[in-house]
Amino acid sequence: MVILRRGPTLVIPSARLPAPMETNPPKTVASPAAPNPPAAAVADPIIDIQNLDFYYGQNRALDGITLQIQEKKVAALIGPSGCGKSTLLRCLNRMNDLIDGTRIGRGTVRIHRVDIHQPDVDVIELRRRVGMVFQKSNPFPKSIYENITYGLRIAGIRNRSQLDEVVERSLRGAALWDEVKDRLHDSGIGLSGGQQQRLCIARAIAVEPEIILMDEPCSALDPLATAKVEELIHELKQKYTIVIVTHNMQQAARVSDHTAFFYLGRLIEYDETRTIFMNPSNPQTEAYVSGRFG
Amino acid sequence: MRRFFDAELETFRSHLILMGETAVRQVRDALRALVEGDSALARSVIVADDELDTLEVKIDNEAVRFMNLRAPIASDLRLVIVGMKAGHDLERVGDEASNIAKRAIKLSAEPPLKPYVDIPRMTEITMEMLRDALDCLLQGDEAKALAVCKRDVEVDNLNRQVYRELTSFMVENPETISRAIELMFISKSIERIADHATNIAEETIFLFRGKDVRHTDEVKKVGPAVA
Repeated sequence: MVILRRGPTLVIPSARLPAPMETNPPKTVASPAAPNPPAAAVADPIIDIQNLDFYYGQNRALDGITLQIQEKKVAALIGPSGCGKSTLLRCLNRMNDLIDGTRIGRGTVRIHRVDIHQPDVDVIELRRRVGMVFQKSNPFPKSIYENITYGLRIAGIRNRSQLDEVVERSLRGAALWDEVKDRLHDSGIGLSGGQQQRLCIARAIAVEPEIILMDEPCSALDPLATAKVEELIHELKQKYTIVIVTHNMQQAARVSDHTAFFYLGRLIEYDETRTIFMNPSNPQTEAYVSGRFG
Repeated sequence: MRRFFDAELETFRSHLILMGETAVRQVRDALRALVEGDSALARSVIVADDELDTLEVKIDNEAVRFMNLRAPIASDLRLVIVGMKAGHDLERVGDEASNIAKRAIKLSAEPPLKPYVDIPRMTEITMEMLRDALDCLLQGDEAKALAVCKRDVEVDNLNRQVYRELTSFMVENPETISRAIELMFISKSIERIADHATNIAEETIFLFRGKDVRHTDEVKKVGPAVA
């Protein structure tokens, strides 16, 4: 039986809510979109996206996305530039809230069955439980140790031995401990690119997320550093659900269990990775994965 | 640096080794069934051929999946390609062993035509060739692999000898024809198994050296042309 690690609820008790803000426009009539492709049927998915539209201003960047992501598996989002994959990724922890003029239209994103766009959702808690690693690694200009403990200190954890334990656990979990254990108080930005990225992963796992989002985590790394991060993803999926956006199709084929192919804001096909790369149902998918797109 | 998919290659290699060991066992048992007139052993060889068929399909599926999802390069790619080819050769070895066993059952219904000398000798050489080729699959010994290819001519010569001897039996005594024909087919099967052993030996040179020696002078047999 899979034990779900649940932190405190995502939902804030109404007594603590700030004044409600206008977040969603009145629902519009859904435009006739292409019927959704059959998603890989998943019983009790950890992430359940239903019929999601997303707008940058007037521009609809996601059109009727329905996608279910299985717990403790790796889902890869692939597709040409501008297809919406990074936009969808950022929907999963509401990072798009930080961009002016964005909104979801119809549809929902549920994590552990909670609609994360409801007004009573604690966005900070959401982003703790749904961590993110970016293409350009962004360690804080602090020591390696302080990079890891920053989130914990903000959450009120001050006990030194507790912090030490989390730092070691996180750096081991990110396959970085052996390389940095003797210099934890050196600056995080003095590390190599690959090490910085693993430091960012360590920082994300320090706060015990359930889901880790990765937006092209290896595109700035050399092949050896990429290999180390891929090995790490292979380890991490035993404990965390991972959603990865990647341009590198061999990487998607190597690391992921399921692959979703997007084009012009639509989900074209979503299936087990071995099916997408061996025998995709949709000719557009076949053209893209075989390098014949465009 | 070890990668997580190295375990998949090890599994692939282990299936190939298992297939090789099974094929050698099948050839040995088929010959014993013939020489000892043991129909029960012959029937078990025929049934066990399914193991080789199943392994061939498994190896092919693993190879295709690995090429698809891991985009192998260099020696990884050569291993997967050679695995598929050697798997096919070993499946054919299994089919030939099964054919020998079927004919052994037929022959066991009558007294043996003559004491078996050349056929066991052919089989012994063929099994040595097969074992040597399979050793090369594991550890890449180019000289050993080339020696396997050169030995094929001994098996070809013995096969011709068997044909000549059986032909004279059939001419002298038509009652021997049905048994002689079965034995000629058996001899042909052993000769084919030896050919498959040389194929595998050539493939191991490609695996370890990236060199394709098929149909080159290095592997060409020195001996009388086939009549």
